[in-house]
Amino acid sequence: MGASTAPKLVGIGVAAGFFGALFGVGGGIVIVPLLVTFLAFDQRRAAATSLAAILVSSAAGAITYAAHGDVRVGAAMLVGIPAVVGVVLGVDLQQRLAQRTLGYAFAVLVAAIGLKLIL
Amino acid sequence: MTVVLVILVGLGGGVLAGTFGVGGGIVFVPTLALGLGLTQIHAQATSLLAILPTAAVGTWRQVRLGNVDVRAAIYVGVASIVGVQGGVLVAESLPEHALRRLFGAFLIVTALQIAWRVRQRDAA
Repeated sequence: MGASTAPKLVGIGVAAGFFGALFGVGGGIVIVPLLVTFLAFDQRRAAATSLAAILVSSAAGAITYAAHGDVRVGAAMLVGIPAVVGVVLGVDLQQRLAQRTLGYAFAVLVAAIGLKLIL
Repeated sequence: MTVVLVILVGLGGGVLAGTFGVGGGIVFVPTLALGLGLTQIHAQATSLLAILPTAAVGTWRQVRLGNVDVRAAIYVGVASIVGVQGGVLVAESLPEHALRRLFGAFLIVTALQIAWRVRQRDAA
Protein backbone atom coordinates (compact mmCIF):
# COMPACT_ATOMS: atom_id res chain seq x y z
CA MET A 1 0.00 0.00 0.00
CA GLY A 2 1.54 3.30 -1.10
CA ALA A 3 1.69 6.62 0.74
CA SER A 4 -1.04 7.99 -1.56
CA THR A 5 -3.62 5.87 0.24
CA ALA A 6 -3.21 7.78 3.52
CA PRO A 7 -5.53 10.71 2.61
CA LYS A 8 -8.23 8.26 1.49
CA LEU A 9 -7.94 6.31 4.74
CA VAL A 10 -8.16 9.51 6.79
CA GLY A 11 -11.26 10.58 4.82
CA ILE A 12 -12.90 7.20 5.40
CA GLY A 13 -12.08 7.44 9.11
CA VAL A 14 -13.58 10.91 9.52
CA ALA A 15 -16.78 9.89 7.67
CA ALA A 16 -17.09 6.64 9.64
CA GLY A 17 -16.55 8.45 12.95
CA PHE A 18 -19.20 11.04 12.09
CA PHE A 19 -21.93 8.62 10.99
CA GLY A 20 -21.02 6.02 13.62
CA ALA A 21 -21.37 8.53 16.45
CA LEU A 22 -24.48 10.13 14.91
CA PHE A 23 -26.27 6.75 14.92
CA GLY A 24 -24.60 4.94 17.83
CA VAL A 25 -23.09 2.23 15.63
CA GLY A 26 -19.50 1.27 14.93
CA GLY A 27 -19.30 2.69 11.42
CA GLY A 28 -18.62 -0.56 9.57
CA ILE A 29 -21.57 0.19 7.30
CA VAL A 30 -19.51 3.17 6.04
CA ILE A 31 -15.99 1.71 6.24
CA VAL A 32 -16.53 -1.60 4.40
CA PRO A 33 -18.01 -0.26 1.13
CA LEU A 34 -15.50 2.64 1.04
CA LEU A 35 -12.48 0.33 1.50
CA VAL A 36 -13.85 -1.90 -1.25
CA THR A 37 -14.66 0.97 -3.63
CA PHE A 38 -11.71 3.34 -3.16
CA LEU A 39 -8.88 1.07 -2.00
CA ALA A 40 -9.77 -2.17 -3.78
CA PHE A 41 -9.97 -4.22 -0.58
CA ASP A 42 -11.73 -7.58 -0.94
CA GLN A 43 -14.84 -8.06 1.26
CA ARG A 44 -13.16 -10.24 3.87
CA ARG A 45 -10.16 -7.93 4.38
CA ALA A 46 -12.43 -4.87 4.39
CA ALA A 47 -14.72 -6.36 7.05
CA ALA A 48 -11.79 -7.48 9.25
CA THR A 49 -9.96 -4.13 8.96
CA SER A 50 -13.23 -2.28 9.60
CA LEU A 51 -13.78 -4.27 12.80
CA ALA A 52 -10.35 -3.20 14.13
CA ALA A 53 -11.05 0.46 13.27
CA ILE A 54 -14.49 0.23 14.91
CA LEU A 55 -12.78 -0.65 18.18
CA VAL A 56 -11.26 2.85 18.16
CA SER A 57 -14.30 4.76 16.80
CA SER A 58 -16.72 3.10 19.25
CA ALA A 59 -14.44 3.75 22.22
CA ALA A 60 -14.08 7.41 21.15
CA GLY A 61 -17.86 7.67 20.73
CA ALA A 62 -18.62 6.06 24.10
CA ILE A 63 -16.13 8.36 25.88
CA THR A 64 -17.49 11.49 24.16
CA TYR A 65 -21.13 10.59 24.92
CA ALA A 66 -20.15 9.65 28.49
CA ALA A 67 -18.85 13.20 28.94
CA HIS A 68 -22.44 14.33 28.19
CA GLY A 69 -23.76 11.80 30.76
CA ASP A 70 -25.61 9.72 28.15
CA VAL A 71 -24.06 6.24 28.62
CA ARG A 72 -25.97 3.64 30.71
CA VAL A 73 -23.28 1.13 31.74
CA GLY A 74 -25.63 -1.57 33.14
CA ALA A 75 -27.75 -1.62 29.97
CA ALA A 76 -24.59 -1.77 27.83
CA MET A 77 -23.41 -4.88 29.68
CA LEU A 78 -26.87 -6.48 29.39
CA VAL A 79 -26.71 -6.52 25.57
CA GLY A 80 -22.93 -6.34 25.06
CA ILE A 81 -21.86 -9.42 27.03
CA PRO A 82 -24.37 -11.93 25.49
CA ALA A 83 -23.38 -10.57 22.07
CA VAL A 84 -19.81 -11.83 22.58
CA VAL A 85 -21.19 -15.35 23.06
CA GLY A 86 -23.34 -14.76 19.97
CA VAL A 87 -20.38 -13.80 17.80
CA VAL A 88 -18.52 -16.97 18.73
CA LEU A 89 -21.66 -19.03 17.99
CA GLY A 90 -22.21 -17.05 14.78
CA VAL A 91 -18.86 -18.01 13.32
CA ASP A 92 -19.60 -21.63 14.23
CA LEU A 93 -23.12 -21.55 12.77
CA GLN A 94 -21.95 -19.83 9.60
CA GLN A 95 -21.01 -23.16 8.07
CA ARG A 96 -24.37 -24.78 8.73
CA LEU A 97 -27.07 -22.16 8.23
CA ALA A 98 -28.75 -21.24 4.98
CA GLN A 99 -27.03 -17.86 4.77
CA ARG A 100 -29.04 -16.56 1.88
CA THR A 101 -32.37 -17.05 3.63
CA LEU A 102 -31.05 -15.79 6.97
CA GLY A 103 -29.45 -12.78 5.29
CA TYR A 104 -32.62 -11.66 3.53
CA ALA A 105 -34.66 -12.33 6.71
CA PHE A 106 -32.24 -10.13 8.67
CA ALA A 107 -32.47 -7.37 6.05
CA VAL A 108 -36.28 -7.45 6.21
CA LEU A 109 -36.21 -7.34 10.03
CA VAL A 110 -33.85 -4.34 10.06
CA ALA A 111 -36.00 -2.52 7.47
CA ALA A 112 -39.15 -3.24 9.51
CA ILE A 113 -37.61 -1.79 12.69
CA GLY A 114 -36.49 1.22 10.66
CA LEU A 115 -40.06 1.80 9.42
CA LYS A 116 -41.45 1.42 12.94
CA LEU A 117 -39.07 4.12 14.19
CA ILE A 118 -39.90 6.49 11.33
CA LEU A 119 -43.71 6.14 11.54
CA MET B 1 -39.09 -10.86 31.46
CA THR B 2 -37.90 -7.85 29.48
CA VAL B 3 -34.36 -8.44 30.76
CA VAL B 4 -34.38 -12.05 29.49
CA LEU B 5 -35.66 -10.85 26.11
CA VAL B 6 -32.98 -8.16 25.92
CA ILE B 7 -30.24 -10.72 26.73
CA LEU B 8 -31.62 -13.04 24.01
CA VAL B 9 -31.69 -10.19 21.48
CA GLY B 10 -28.10 -9.34 22.43
CA LEU B 11 -27.12 -12.97 21.81
CA GLY B 12 -28.98 -13.00 18.49
CA GLY B 13 -27.40 -9.69 17.53
CA GLY B 14 -23.98 -11.18 18.10
CA VAL B 15 -24.80 -14.18 15.92
CA LEU B 16 -26.00 -11.91 13.10
CA ALA B 17 -23.01 -9.60 13.52
CA GLY B 18 -20.61 -12.54 13.35
CA THR B 19 -22.36 -13.98 10.33
CA PHE B 20 -22.87 -10.83 8.25
CA GLY B 21 -19.99 -8.63 9.33
CA VAL B 22 -22.18 -5.80 10.55
CA GLY B 23 -21.54 -4.39 14.02
CA GLY B 24 -23.96 -5.11 16.82
CA GLY B 25 -24.98 -1.44 16.91
CA ILE B 26 -27.90 -1.69 14.49
CA VAL B 27 -29.37 -4.38 16.79
CA PHE B 28 -28.33 -2.78 20.10
CA VAL B 29 -29.84 0.69 19.53
CA PRO B 30 -33.44 -0.49 18.81
CA THR B 31 -33.19 -3.09 21.60
CA LEU B 32 -32.12 -0.46 24.13
CA ALA B 33 -34.68 2.08 22.90
CA LEU B 34 -37.72 -0.17 22.33
CA GLY B 35 -36.86 -2.99 24.78
CA LEU B 36 -35.46 -1.08 27.75
CA GLY B 37 -37.16 2.24 27.05
CA LEU B 38 -33.99 4.32 26.82
CA THR B 39 -34.22 7.65 25.00
CA GLN B 40 -32.74 7.61 21.48
CA ILE B 41 -29.60 9.50 22.51
CA HIS B 42 -29.05 7.28 25.59
CA ALA B 43 -29.61 4.15 23.45
CA GLN B 44 -27.03 5.33 20.89
CA ALA B 45 -24.45 6.33 23.50
CA THR B 46 -24.93 3.04 25.36
CA SER B 47 -24.75 1.02 22.13
CA LEU B 48 -21.23 2.33 21.46
CA LEU B 49 -20.06 0.97 24.82
CA ALA B 50 -21.91 -2.34 24.22
CA ILE B 51 -20.11 -2.78 20.86
CA LEU B 52 -16.64 -2.81 22.46
CA PRO B 53 -16.52 -6.42 23.82
CA THR B 54 -17.81 -7.85 20.51
CA ALA B 55 -15.46 -5.71 18.42
CA ALA B 56 -12.51 -6.65 20.65
CA VAL B 57 -13.16 -10.40 20.36
CA GLY B 58 -13.84 -10.11 16.63
CA THR B 59 -10.68 -8.06 16.01
CA TRP B 60 -8.54 -10.51 18.00
CA ARG B 61 -9.82 -13.42 15.88
CA GLN B 62 -9.39 -11.53 12.60
CA VAL B 63 -5.83 -10.39 13.45
CA ARG B 64 -4.90 -13.99 14.20
CA LEU B 65 -6.38 -15.06 10.87
CA GLY B 66 -4.22 -12.41 9.18
CA ASN B 67 -7.21 -10.61 7.65
CA VAL B 68 -6.59 -7.17 9.20
CA ASP B 69 -4.61 -4.49 7.35
CA VAL B 70 -3.19 -3.02 10.57
CA ARG B 71 -1.83 0.18 9.01
CA ALA B 72 -5.17 0.95 7.35
CA ALA B 73 -7.07 0.17 10.56
CA ILE B 74 -4.88 2.60 12.53
CA TYR B 75 -5.35 5.40 9.96
CA VAL B 76 -9.13 4.90 9.81
CA GLY B 77 -9.47 4.43 13.59
CA VAL B 78 -7.43 7.49 14.60
CA ALA B 79 -9.09 9.71 11.94
CA SER B 80 -12.52 8.55 13.15
CA ILE B 81 -11.94 10.32 16.49
CA VAL B 82 -12.27 13.66 14.65
CA GLY B 83 -15.49 12.61 12.92
CA VAL B 84 -16.92 11.27 16.20
CA GLN B 85 -16.82 14.77 17.72
CA GLY B 86 -18.97 16.11 14.86
CA GLY B 87 -21.40 13.17 15.02
CA VAL B 88 -21.95 13.53 18.77
CA LEU B 89 -22.42 17.30 18.39
CA VAL B 90 -25.13 16.85 15.73
CA ALA B 91 -26.86 14.02 17.65
CA GLU B 92 -26.90 16.09 20.87
CA SER B 93 -28.40 19.08 19.04
CA LEU B 94 -31.30 17.15 17.44
CA PRO B 95 -34.66 16.70 19.19
CA GLU B 96 -35.47 13.15 20.36
CA HIS B 97 -38.10 12.38 17.70
CA ALA B 98 -35.94 13.71 14.85
CA LEU B 99 -32.94 11.60 15.93
CA ARG B 100 -35.15 8.50 16.20
CA ARG B 101 -36.57 9.01 12.70
CA LEU B 102 -33.14 9.67 11.25
CA PHE B 103 -31.93 6.42 12.83
CA GLY B 104 -34.97 4.64 11.32
CA ALA B 105 -33.98 5.88 7.86
CA PHE B 106 -30.39 4.75 8.50
CA LEU B 107 -31.70 1.23 9.35
CA ILE B 108 -33.50 1.03 6.00
CA VAL B 109 -30.31 1.97 4.12
CA THR B 110 -28.45 -0.63 6.19
CA ALA B 111 -31.06 -3.29 5.34
CA LEU B 112 -30.51 -2.62 1.63
CA GLN B 113 -26.76 -2.95 2.08
CA ILE B 114 -27.12 -6.28 3.94
CA ALA B 115 -29.35 -7.61 1.13
CA TRP B 116 -26.79 -6.41 -1.44
CA ARG B 117 -23.94 -8.15 0.42
CA VAL B 118 -25.89 -11.42 0.63
CA ARG B 119 -26.53 -11.19 -3.11
CA GLN B 120 -22.86 -10.48 -3.85
CA ARG B 121 -21.71 -13.36 -1.68
CA ASP B 122 -24.26 -15.60 -3.32
CA ALA B 123 -22.93 -14.72 -6.76
CA ALA B 124 -19.31 -15.33 -5.73
